Amino acid sequence: MIQIPTNTSLLREILTVFIRNEVHKTGLNKVVVGLSGGVDSGLSAMLAAEALGPKNVLAILMPYKNSNPESREHAEMVVLKSGIESLLVDITPQIDAYFERFPDADARRRGNKMARERMTILYDHSARWKALVLGTSNKTELLLGYGTLYGDMASAINPLGDLYKTQVWALAEAIGVPIAIVRKPPSADLWHGQTDEGELGFSYEDVDRLFYLMVDQRYTRPELIAAGFPEHFIDDISARIMTSQFKRRLPVIAKVSQRTIDRDFRYSRDWGK
Amino acid sequence: MPMRVAIAQINPKLGDLQANMALYEAKIRQGGEAGADLLLFPELSLTGYFLRDSVPDVALTTRSPEMKKLKELSRALPFVAGLVEESADHRFFNAAVYFEDGEIRHLHRKVYLPTYGMFDEQRYFARGDRVRAFDSKFGRLAILICEDLWHTSTIYLAALDGARAVLCPSSSPLRGIVDGQAQDDNARYWEMINRTYAETFSLFMLYGNRSGFEDGVGFWGGSEIVDPFGQRLAKAKYYDEDFIVSEVALEAVRRKRTMSPLLRDEDIDLTINELMRIRERPATAVAVQKFKGSKVQGPRKPKKSRRGR
Repeated sequence: MIQIPTNTSLLREILTVFIRNEVHKTGLNKVVVGLSGGVDSGLSAMLAAEALGPKNVLAILMPYKNSNPESREHAEMVVLKSGIESLLVDITPQIDAYFERFPDADARRRGNKMARERMTILYDHSARWKALVLGTSNKTELLLGYGTLYGDMASAINPLGDLYKTQVWALAEAIGVPIAIVRKPPSADLWHGQTDEGELGFSYEDVDRLFYLMVDQRYTRPELIAAGFPEHFIDDISARIMTSQFKRRLPVIAKVSQRTIDRDFRYSRDWGK
Repeated sequence: MPMRVAIAQINPKLGDLQANMALYEAKIRQGGEAGADLLLFPELSLTGYFLRDSVPDVALTTRSPEMKKLKELSRALPFVAGLVEESADHRFFNAAVYFEDGEIRHLHRKVYLPTYGMFDEQRYFARGDRVRAFDSKFGRLAILICEDLWHTSTIYLAALDGARAVLCPSSSPLRGIVDGQAQDDNARYWEMINRTYAETFSLFMLYGNRSGFEDGVGFWGGSEIVDPFGQRLAKAKYYDEDFIVSEVALEAVRRKRTMSPLLRDEDIDLTINELMRIRERPATAVAVQKFKGSKVQGPRKPKKSRRGR
């Protein structure tokens, strides 16, 4: 059985130091985070509360009219438990106003639109509150491309981007995210009964083990087969990583000058900080 | 007489030379107040680590005003600085400079520039071409920067060149989470290196790492001083800034070398002869021949030995 190392006490220490360091060096001391009621945003928010103090974390709950009421209850449990600040912004009016003009939009378009509306709200409040937007995307969904570009994938700093979903579960439990949140089936909550694993067609346990060997340990295809993974699963996941690569990069810039941003104009993001 | 060695485990500002000069000044003052005789700063701690295209913007020549200022500061307390050095022909080096009594006594240019995985040093820096011990008022020392020490040849040369203590400025990033291990795997590896080298080469290892994060990459801190018996004399915090001071009695080197005269017994000629032979016929050439199925020849006779017998 493949075990992904998940030293929760060490991760907790490193990630809180990370948040404190990366926030303070910008001259700010606060973050805003979109709290969905899921385990990722719950963990991000609680790590930030530990790193910066709960009064420096603003959780924004942004339900749509047909969001599962349990999501909001779970988000409120995190707010209560961690003592962070919170704000409720119902996104129904702005979503409905838009789709009145485009009533034929399918669930995917609606879901992406909601994710991007939520992003604009987070960034607006980050300006109002002089705070950074805290990310909640984990490594599994980033590799799968299972997120909305410029939507839930947008943030200033992301403590979870190098943790697989199964590691998020373990760390969330260790740090005290309410157990009902940790144990429930993950869902983007875009329509009734939606679950990530149902939509993806495989379990997080399986894909995380594959990712760990493929990405972290650099196993080749024959080695992955020898480790017991079905060929179609390996190929399907490899293709997903490749086709979603665009989501993990800046937009493509046409090079015409001697020094093009990010190609031969290379500076760290923390330049001067 | 024992000296007091301090290590400033700092978190510099990336690419902000002036802010870091002020930080250096404050730490040198702190070292003076703590009664230190010698202070070690981490690798590139005057500039920050992931400089990328800003390397030329923070580079110092021996004539830069900052260099003059650093010389002045060393009158109060000798120290090793980690900075970008620009040579007269405009090559940029990841360098560590030992300042003592108002002068530059030694300059080490990092030889092994990691350019793999998360590292890209060879893209921005020129490679140093020497490993030398040097005399200080505390005795003979050597400076090796971070990755230099991941090549056993550098510590071997430093030890044979007479170093009684190796000062290692480092910007070592944390990475690798292991279950049941209190720190990341890079910290474990470094601590093993420091202890093994100290004992194997009968010298003091003075390891100065930095803390803080740059673009999400953390530096694990954990600076330490290890004596020739492998005993840890001082240890800084992990993942945070710190300042440590410890007495270092270089006489311990004599005691250790009396008990285990490994360096006395070291056969330099043998090493040189074998290296000459290996240089003539590198191991990779042998592997290629095997792959092609051709007959593997025995080792060639070295053309000439520097110390022919």
